[in-house]
Amino acid sequence: MIEEIGTTEQGELVVNLGPQHPSTHGVLHLVVTLSGETIKKVEPHLGYIHRSIEKMCESLSYRQFIYVTSRMDYLSSHINNHGCALCVEKGMQIEVPPRAKVIRVLMDELTRLASHQLWWGAMAMDVGALTPFFYAFREREAINDIMEETCGARLTMNYMAPGGVAFDLHPDFQRKVKDFLAFFRTKIDEYDELVTDNIIFQRRMEGIGYLSSEDAISYGCTGPTARGSGVSCDIRKSVPYEVYSQVQFEEVLETGGDCFARYNVRMGEMRQSISIIEQLIDNIPGGEFLAKTKAVLKLPKGEFYSKVETARGEFGVYIISEGGTTPYRIKFRSPGFSNLSALDHMARGHKIGDLVAIMGTLDLVIPDIDR
Amino acid sequence: MLSIENITHSIDVWLYGTFNPTAALLLESLIVGLCAITLFAVLGLVLVLMERKVSAYMQIRLGPNRVGPGGALQTVADTLKLAMKEGLTPDGADKFLFNLAPFMVIVVAMLILVPVAFAKGTQIWDINIGVLYISAVSSLSVIGILMAGWASNNKYSLLGAMRSGAQIVSYELSAGLSIISIVTLTGSLRISDIIDSQQDGWWLFKGHIPAMISFVIFIIAVTAETNRAPFDLAEAESELTAGFHTEYSGMKFALFFLAEYVNIFIVCAIAATLFLGGWMPLHIGHWTAFNHAMDYIPSSLWFIGKTFFLIFVIMWFRWTFPRLRIDQLLSLEWKYLLPLSLFNLLLMTLISIKGWHF
Amino acid sequence: MTKEELKISVTELLPSASFEEGSEWTTVLTGPDGWDSFARQVRSAPQLDFDYLFCVTAVDWKTHITVVYHLTSTVHRHTLVVKVKLDHDHPEVATVSGIWRTAEFHEREAYDLMGVVFTGHPDLRRLFLTDEWKGWPLRKDYEDPVNMIKL
Repeated sequence: MIEEIGTTEQGELVVNLGPQHPSTHGVLHLVVTLSGETIKKVEPHLGYIHRSIEKMCESLSYRQFIYVTSRMDYLSSHINNHGCALCVEKGMQIEVPPRAKVIRVLMDELTRLASHQLWWGAMAMDVGALTPFFYAFREREAINDIMEETCGARLTMNYMAPGGVAFDLHPDFQRKVKDFLAFFRTKIDEYDELVTDNIIFQRRMEGIGYLSSEDAISYGCTGPTARGSGVSCDIRKSVPYEVYSQVQFEEVLETGGDCFARYNVRMGEMRQSISIIEQLIDNIPGGEFLAKTKAVLKLPKGEFYSKVETARGEFGVYIISEGGTTPYRIKFRSPGFSNLSALDHMARGHKIGDLVAIMGTLDLVIPDIDR
Repeated sequence: MLSIENITHSIDVWLYGTFNPTAALLLESLIVGLCAITLFAVLGLVLVLMERKVSAYMQIRLGPNRVGPGGALQTVADTLKLAMKEGLTPDGADKFLFNLAPFMVIVVAMLILVPVAFAKGTQIWDINIGVLYISAVSSLSVIGILMAGWASNNKYSLLGAMRSGAQIVSYELSAGLSIISIVTLTGSLRISDIIDSQQDGWWLFKGHIPAMISFVIFIIAVTAETNRAPFDLAEAESELTAGFHTEYSGMKFALFFLAEYVNIFIVCAIAATLFLGGWMPLHIGHWTAFNHAMDYIPSSLWFIGKTFFLIFVIMWFRWTFPRLRIDQLLSLEWKYLLPLSLFNLLLMTLISIKGWHF
Repeated sequence: MTKEELKISVTELLPSASFEEGSEWTTVLTGPDGWDSFARQVRSAPQLDFDYLFCVTAVDWKTHITVVYHLTSTVHRHTLVVKVKLDHDHPEVATVSGIWRTAEFHEREAYDLMGVVFTGHPDLRRLFLTDEWKGWPLRKDYEDPVNMIKL
């Protein structure tokens, strides 16, 4: 897999960025061809954390396989689980109780906030500002505590179940979320003061890693990466699931197509997530949190595709069922995988420091790419 | 009054009274050398701890708090750990240069210590070309860094060293011009003369706006020269893992680390000397009573206070700013700082010729 | 465009196509011949304008292999699913990486895990597994006594 690493005939330097490198956020391996400091080519080598989740799922039941997907994009595990649960519900035609729908959306948005907070800290660290990471973790910790109370886990939540959610909300949930939102509203302005308004940061971001909207579509980019190029691709708007059609929120679009645009999209999304949670937190309907389902789920013969908007983009679950208790074939369309494919196109002609910044704005989660 | 000057003086007198002049000179050199090495060790320990505490404070953490009272012995423990570690030399490395580089860097750091005035009358050598000597010797450290990057046989190291080379050579100019702008006011390159000229006020205040501009430029330039964030491109953790010292481990790494902190101390000491009066207490014009009151604070405290304040400022930079990109770094120097400092020098010359300064 | 309209447009472009009923989106069944030109046409035809390929899946049906392309249009917001049926032992199909750039990675993944050869692909190599890996793990007849745990 790894070719002879050295200098090419043109005197270009071939550098291995990763698999262990501070800014690839995991075990991504990039073979970068450099001419001086300028990038000529970036070639991602994947598979260091490939577990063949799709193959694994073929031998797991429809209740079990959902929880494997928490291990893909571990920063938006709720949303991954959600996508799988939606797909199973679509196949079984299970009607999800209204309470569960609202709980799911609340959890999704909290996850999105937590994920974007981590991204914000890591992004700042990629461009050399080390302090914001700790600020981001302070806020993320609060969300993790809320999650822990209700779901019993902090990272791989496994909270969504076919037909609703696995257990009811903790009694303190509403109060804690409200406290957190009041706290975070002030902090997100602090984020802007500390990083967004910093002149060095802006200079590092503006005009870097340009991705036109045509290229974004062609490369299959989704989520904030594509919305930074002005492509409207928010699944929550285009194919609303659960209660997203009933809440007021805006799809954040930027037209710059550069790193700063993608950065601003994510910052805007954090504010939108806050607003969604605020609309729903006092309006959680009562009733069941889990629909009555059969003990053993058997999807009818056929094909089912559902997609959700994770913090990184469009997450698709494609189940092919032969009518048994396990899927015949399952395919996860992970957002990071497609977003990564645009990296080479975006990074060419920039400097090494820019490559790190571009990777930061793509918000790559390696298990999500490798699966 | 017991001051460092009296102590050094009495040692000097005792040595020359007891031994013949050659032996006395040798002994004196030995003592000075020992003092310098002790100072190095102490500075390393104190500054690393300070950096960790300052960063912890800025990052809403506690910082080291387990070893010793309030974590005070943490750096001692770290040094011990580094000393025990195996100093690896990579297979493909140029062994001689690889092992020489850390010593080169540390020796340069040690050499710049020579003309620094730590307190009234406490100076290793009051050389008559003091500031010129400092700018000359400090540019040598780039050789050590280039050596380390080249000899490591590692691409990250090489890239880091190349960045560092371009950076230090460029920022040397601005730093030098800022020093010269103060020299135009004092008319002397000797450190003691520069300090004496600030008896009635520090140059930062006496020299009008040009002095302030050159102070700011000097701080920016020396931050870049010491490879500190936001100009830490030579190390650039998120890009080049550890830059030029990627392959170093154990004591050889510790020497680079130590040299970095000693360099910060020295450049801050020089900034304090040139702009903030060195060990000179805060004197304001002819306010005799105020000036006398200020004189009661020992000169060494003044020096240390000013230097550590500047060190704190440089640490503050590191923990708040993102890193610049290499082309931005160079264009900042060549397109903005250099023309500005040249113009500033001209202005300063005008001021000193016309005698407009206080 | 509704499902019916889509069917009509697709039949115009590819008369040999058959349709699969009962699924959420319009599903076209076709063979590997002519898929390349059909893909080019659905991408460029202004009334179809399928500019966004969001999923490429290879499925092993034991007797044959199908490659499923999920296409959607960011302009018209309609979705088309194309299933290309391939031979089980020598699955070969023309690449669409020149039409949708995202296919380059997705096709490498399908090659790596399912052994589908995409002719004309600029860089068809293993993506996740090592180059010296034997076999195609996602196929139903794949056996790996070391790495696979049977539940």
